[in-house]
Amino acid sequence: MSKAFNVSRQNGFTTIAITCFVLLYLPIILLVVYSFNSGTSVAIWEGFSWRWYQSAWQNDQVQEATVRSLIIALWASAISTTCAVLAALATTRTRKFKGQAAVFAMINQPLMVPEIVTAVALLIFFAMIKVATGYTGLAYLIVAHSAFCIPFAYLPIRARLQGMDLSLEQAAADLYATPFKVFRRVTLPQLWPGILAGAMLAFVISLDDVVITEFVKSAGQDTLPTYMLGQLRRVVTPEVNAISTVLFGISVTFVIAFTVLGKIKN
Amino acid sequence: MADLSSAAETQASRRRWLLLAPALFILVFAAAGPLLITLVYSFLTPGDYGGVEWQASWQAWFNVVMERDIFDDTLGWSDAHLSIFWRSVKLSLMTTVLCLFFGFPTAYFIATRPKKQRDLWMLLIIIPFWTNLLIRTFAVVELIRAEGTVNTLLIWLGIIDTPIQMLFTEFSILLGMVYVYLPLMVLPLYASMERLDFSLVEAGYDLYATRLKVLRRVILPLVKPGVIAGSILVFVPSLGAYVTPRVMGGGNQLMIGNLIELQFGQGRNWPLGAALSITLLAIVMVALMAYVRAAGNQEPHRV
Amino acid sequence: MVFAQVSGDVEKTITGGTLKVATAISVRNLRKVYPGQPPVVALADASIDIKDNEFFTLLGPSGCGKTTLLRMIAGFEHPTAGSLTMHGENLLELPPYKRPVNTVFQSYALFPHLTVAQNISFGLEMLGKPKAEIGRTVDEMMALVKMTEMADRQTGQISGGQQQRVALARALAPKPRVLLLDEPLSALDFKLRKDMQLELKRLQMETGITFVFVTHDQEEALTMSDRIAVMNAGEIRQIGNPRQIYDQPAERFVADFIGDTNFLPAELIETAGQTATIRLSSGKQIAARAAESGSQKGKVTLAVRPEHASIGPEAEGLLAGTLGEVVYFGTDTHYHVALEDGTGFVVRQQNRPDATAQFSSGDRVGVHFAPGIGQVLKD
Repeated sequence: MSKAFNVSRQNGFTTIAITCFVLLYLPIILLVVYSFNSGTSVAIWEGFSWRWYQSAWQNDQVQEATVRSLIIALWASAISTTCAVLAALATTRTRKFKGQAAVFAMINQPLMVPEIVTAVALLIFFAMIKVATGYTGLAYLIVAHSAFCIPFAYLPIRARLQGMDLSLEQAAADLYATPFKVFRRVTLPQLWPGILAGAMLAFVISLDDVVITEFVKSAGQDTLPTYMLGQLRRVVTPEVNAISTVLFGISVTFVIAFTVLGKIKN
Repeated sequence: MADLSSAAETQASRRRWLLLAPALFILVFAAAGPLLITLVYSFLTPGDYGGVEWQASWQAWFNVVMERDIFDDTLGWSDAHLSIFWRSVKLSLMTTVLCLFFGFPTAYFIATRPKKQRDLWMLLIIIPFWTNLLIRTFAVVELIRAEGTVNTLLIWLGIIDTPIQMLFTEFSILLGMVYVYLPLMVLPLYASMERLDFSLVEAGYDLYATRLKVLRRVILPLVKPGVIAGSILVFVPSLGAYVTPRVMGGGNQLMIGNLIELQFGQGRNWPLGAALSITLLAIVMVALMAYVRAAGNQEPHRV
Repeated sequence: MVFAQVSGDVEKTITGGTLKVATAISVRNLRKVYPGQPPVVALADASIDIKDNEFFTLLGPSGCGKTTLLRMIAGFEHPTAGSLTMHGENLLELPPYKRPVNTVFQSYALFPHLTVAQNISFGLEMLGKPKAEIGRTVDEMMALVKMTEMADRQTGQISGGQQQRVALARALAPKPRVLLLDEPLSALDFKLRKDMQLELKRLQMETGITFVFVTHDQEEALTMSDRIAVMNAGEIRQIGNPRQIYDQPAERFVADFIGDTNFLPAELIETAGQTATIRLSSGKQIAARAAESGSQKGKVTLAVRPEHASIGPEAEGLLAGTLGEVVYFGTDTHYHVALEDGTGFVVRQQNRPDATAQFSSGDRVGVHFAPGIGQVLKD
């Protein structure tokens, strides 16, 4: 019996695809593996060891940078998600309004403008403010992060909102609920997976940011990624591997959580 | 009647802008506003220790592409800058093409898996997408460094004696960028392919098209929106790439992003940095508008 | 005449008065089983000989396997067992793009990125025909389906009926020997469908191409086909021309699926060749058509078409009962009779302008039909 004809098969595609997946994960897997290397090389395996995790844990600079990254990410996530929720409520499930295109362009701007351009613009602008006020705290970073996190929080919230039936809120209003009560008792219970997803996305984006942070930060204000960037210029030990592996683990966890959130139905 | 409805509309409108206010405020303050200031700065004079002197000048814009020879004061094209622009465009285009070459079969593969499996395969693509850019770039560095995995392996196998120089070349930048931007190509391609009506593919085969012909004449035209979207999604960020060329290229192989950074570091020419940024932004905007136009033209073909 | 000559080999051998027509497609014990708990038998040992130049219909309810069989001929499904040949050539070894058959898909599957003319020329381009020839054939095809003015339209801009005609033209352009049509008329509205049925029949007769037509609409099958294969649950229940299928259903399913039928419990007394003597529940005996494969004595089911029966006074009928609903249909009237033995029987009578209603609801009536009219069904 001759073989069946598979309509969707294309010559060589499966091979290239599988090769792609392998090549995509190979560097990362090696990275993770060598973070457990007992030797100092990133290529020659000398045995299993936790030493690099320990040294990273005990490294003052790493500790400082981690704390700073988390503080910024938490603030940026909170601020951007709040702004995004309000913005999503204002722009979804409504008729076309004047200035709609401009608003969308504004909200999605960080996605369209190359990061280096934004980084430079903020450097210039904040430098002016620094000269004028003398303030050199974390606020610059938090504000900068909040700004570019807004579209990342906005998109999942908007997507979720679009799938929600407007007539439910209208029914609540018909039953004497004020707009705030409608939001709290009808909209929010349905919307929360989208809000959580948006907050998580914003958190990860903030945590991962390199370019804008590098330009906006003052001396000594390293976040974890900028610390690593600095380390790459010097002798590289598997300590960087260890930090990377931890961050990678966080990413994977967040991706899975994000996917699960997306599957939650009303 | 008209009064009531317009009053309600004004109230709704006011409410809308109130809700938008926080987001817009932050975005104007920390995204759009600074861009305008950058534009202004591009018309100023560099300060001695960085920063600017508030004195209007075309110098920066001039220096984007031209330079004054230090010896005989003649005007000429800035070879250094032009070669950097050329390198950036070249590498970005090559990155896009390579991402297309690898990404198209990958997206097609995922789109032709049984429905239940597809989410799992997409998860494998999304995980690198969410992973820190620096980590991914670093992972590739680990492979191709002089003391990295590949060289160590080759020496151990006896194929070579001394490590091959792979890092700090245009090749390594290209490798890094393809590695980093591949998921960005796969995502929109997959979105397009998932919607492909395979009965059209069957019709192609029914009408005597071979596999290659079906790919070229039926599948490719139908997933063109995905191809265009993916290409833009890769070309634009790769043009403005900063981290990857810095890490993979060392200080030698500069792309536009690195050139810009230089002006705020040792180069101490903020206006030039500003002008270069605005130039990059302009190129990106043009590319995006071309995309919107191309995407718009797809409308009549859509089923 | 559009086609210069009838495509395909037609051997009409006149040998002592018999006409021999070549077989276009030969299906032998074709089987398709999908694995699972339990395995799904989509097609169970189907065997058919489809002749050249015939309009052959596969008829049956959803899931009966008709589409599976059609797709196997096209090459998009592969059988688990069995053989499939066309003019002697083993089709199973050929991929779809090497088989000289073309399909009209149920969803039309028109290429949205090509114009009407480009869709029609697609197959010819793939075959590498010279440009001039392609141009001529495309013009021919568009004239055939009356779409010449729409040549440069995008397929998304034309109506459903027009899309259907483009799909037809596209499949006919490469002049295949066999054309497969997968419920092509199901998306059209009633009037359009009726028009297209006549169109398709005319096209088939003009071009002489073998049409293999799939439908679930029995009326469609009866009006268009030379022969019909009635299918159910993966099996072919009966093959015959429309007349045979309608007048001589081989079994209960076919009788029930095609048109309306009355089923009467009866007893088979004896058979003599094509004729059987049966006793009805009222005790009266009558001659009927015997089942094809011969019938066993004893309990049988007799099938009688509503229009072959008449209603009259109780004493004159073969069976007696009470008249229930009388439904007026314009052209006919349906009389629903509750027979004495409990079965329901519908009599359909054509309305005559002069006749007056003789019976009304509640009357005792008799049902009568002529000898040789009823069909004994093999259970």
